Amino acid sequence: MLLPLPVVVPLALAVAVYLTPSRLWRPRLLALGAAIHLLLVGLALRAPAGSGGDWLRLDAPGRLLLLLVSVLFLVCAVYAVGYLEQRPERENRRFTACMLAVLGAMSLVAYAQHLGLLWVGIEATTLASAPLVYFNRSARSIEATWKYLLISSVGIALALLGSFFVGYAALLGGGEASLLFPDLLARAGELSRPWLRTGFALLLVGYGTKMGLAPMHTWKPDAYGEAPGVVGAVLAGGLTSCAFLALLRFTQLTAAAGEGIYANRLLIAIGLLSMAVAGALLLGQRDLKRMLAYSSVEQMGILALAAGLGAAATFAALLHLVLNAFGKAGLFLAAGNLHRAFGGKTTGEIRGALRRLPYSGTVFLFGLFAITGSPPFGLFVSKLLIVQVALAAGRGWLAALFVALLLLVFAGMGTTTFAALQGRPTAYARQSAYRDRARGYLPPLLLVALVLLLGLHLPASLRGLLTEAAAALGGGR
Amino acid sequence: MQSLLEILVAGLLLVNLVALGAGRIGSMVRAVALQGLLLGVIAIVAHGEASNRVLVLALASVVLKAWLIPAMLFRALRQVAIRREVEPLLGLLPSLVLGALTTALAVAAAGRLPFAEERLAPLLVPAALATVAAGLLLLVTRRKAITQVVGYLVLENGIFAFGLLLVEAMPFLVEAGVLLDLFVGIFVLSIIIHHINREFASLDTRRLSQLRE
Repeated sequence: MLLPLPVVVPLALAVAVYLTPSRLWRPRLLALGAAIHLLLVGLALRAPAGSGGDWLRLDAPGRLLLLLVSVLFLVCAVYAVGYLEQRPERENRRFTACMLAVLGAMSLVAYAQHLGLLWVGIEATTLASAPLVYFNRSARSIEATWKYLLISSVGIALALLGSFFVGYAALLGGGEASLLFPDLLARAGELSRPWLRTGFALLLVGYGTKMGLAPMHTWKPDAYGEAPGVVGAVLAGGLTSCAFLALLRFTQLTAAAGEGIYANRLLIAIGLLSMAVAGALLLGQRDLKRMLAYSSVEQMGILALAAGLGAAATFAALLHLVLNAFGKAGLFLAAGNLHRAFGGKTTGEIRGALRRLPYSGTVFLFGLFAITGSPPFGLFVSKLLIVQVALAAGRGWLAALFVALLLLVFAGMGTTTFAALQGRPTAYARQSAYRDRARGYLPPLLLVALVLLLGLHLPASLRGLLTEAAAALGGGR
Repeated sequence: MQSLLEILVAGLLLVNLVALGAGRIGSMVRAVALQGLLLGVIAIVAHGEASNRVLVLALASVVLKAWLIPAMLFRALRQVAIRREVEPLLGLLPSLVLGALTTALAVAAAGRLPFAEERLAPLLVPAALATVAAGLLLLVTRRKAITQVVGYLVLENGIFAFGLLLVEAMPFLVEAGVLLDLFVGIFVLSIIIHHINREFASLDTRRLSQLRE
């Protein structure tokens, strides 16, 4: 079995970067590796859909995820070059190598067609990203890393058990034992229902932990809060998207087997719970990065809810996935700049950010409007589509609750953000050395601008990719 | 063959209770090592007629779970200057009672599910579920970092036991990947244990409580 280049090359580069002696060159190699990856992804997307082996094949949803991850990672890698320059006191060997390893693991998730392989990829993203969370090596970051690793590992272990249950359901159905998604989908009607139902519940808990759905979200504010902003961007934009795609694949399988109502009920319940928990904890939140983490919990809740609305909402869910990844990553990068300039990340330390860092502050402000789905940003469109699907299905109460929770989140995030952006900067911030430079604010600006542009005009090629992916994931439902 | 398998699976369940009732961290690690060994033997006995593939995987998992990982945990235990008692949040006797209860529940739950064949599944499924439950119980009622890792290992052992039913469907590379992920995971966890000890002069995870709302 030959691993595809977008998986192998980042892993090989991770080793190369780790062995590079020059601390100046390691970040540059990271950015170069990200650029090469995007190039390879471009080539892979040109190949006809579905080419490759049985286990590793790029189907339409995989293509979408791979493109999303690659673009996002390139922006983050370019940002990381400037960031690591600002942190000369920290060793960057492990950081750069682990970043590339995360990229390789995320690409593996996009390619995986085998239940076990998918699991290996997602577990690998967790393991490779743990040292990134621990970058600052403080007591707080140890605590965050421990919780991240232990909770995620236990959650993912349950996902493995769930995958085995699904495999056993297929074994009971008779025929050849196979854990490949296409085979399972083709014989979905024969799967043993009790095993499939239990398996899906375990998978929802397992991959839901990795996504950060409530009540398994407890690691998220800690890990996102203590990790550098650029790591938060990769985690919130990339890793959660990988876990959501895994969950979508299993949702499709469960629905194809005739248990769609059961799966949808679970997804909608956990989605609403995540939105409500996030909304409650966002009110009065003082920590900017923890605020972004809870916002991510809310976005994951929206995705779960959209998945639970059935095949009709798959397009909206995937569009939301892409836009949330870009918007949230942009916010994390901008928050990283504020953190540098103000020496803290709570509204006690960050005040008057618009005055102190006019560019980064403005990007953060627009990022807030983008992520909360204000028109004309793209997330407005995807949320509107979700509401439309809910209304078309005659679920007015659900749509109303959804909109009410969105408003709650907006109120919470708005209060915190305006407290940080307005007013007079603290004495520390006025004297700190950090300056707003293009390499600091351009990457987040680019991401937020993407969310805006995709809201104004969705290019035909991307629309085609989204439609194809939605059709592939909605098939059989 | 079947009676041997029954004895081995009973041993698996017994080790769960030993781990739950252990008063010292060292005994817990030894119990989980024994469980890894038992699982390897079960894999070979259950698929005795099977290929070299099963043999290689069983041996790899024995080396990993009965030797390499316990050695890593013992090393971490030696490096950190902590009391060797488990000091559980839930007393040892209540833990044992709960462990026995969850085992009974697992058997009852497994009884409600259909099985593909009559030989392996009726034995392995309840044992796997009970082991998973014991692992979760250890994870939530033990508060030292090393003991939480042991809980995670017991959980993983339960999943491995279930995986034995799917040996035919699991490609070798995927199985190897699962084992590798487990190894790297424990490795990273044991590194962090070292850092926790250095930073907090303790392995009590209740000290890890700065981050909260």
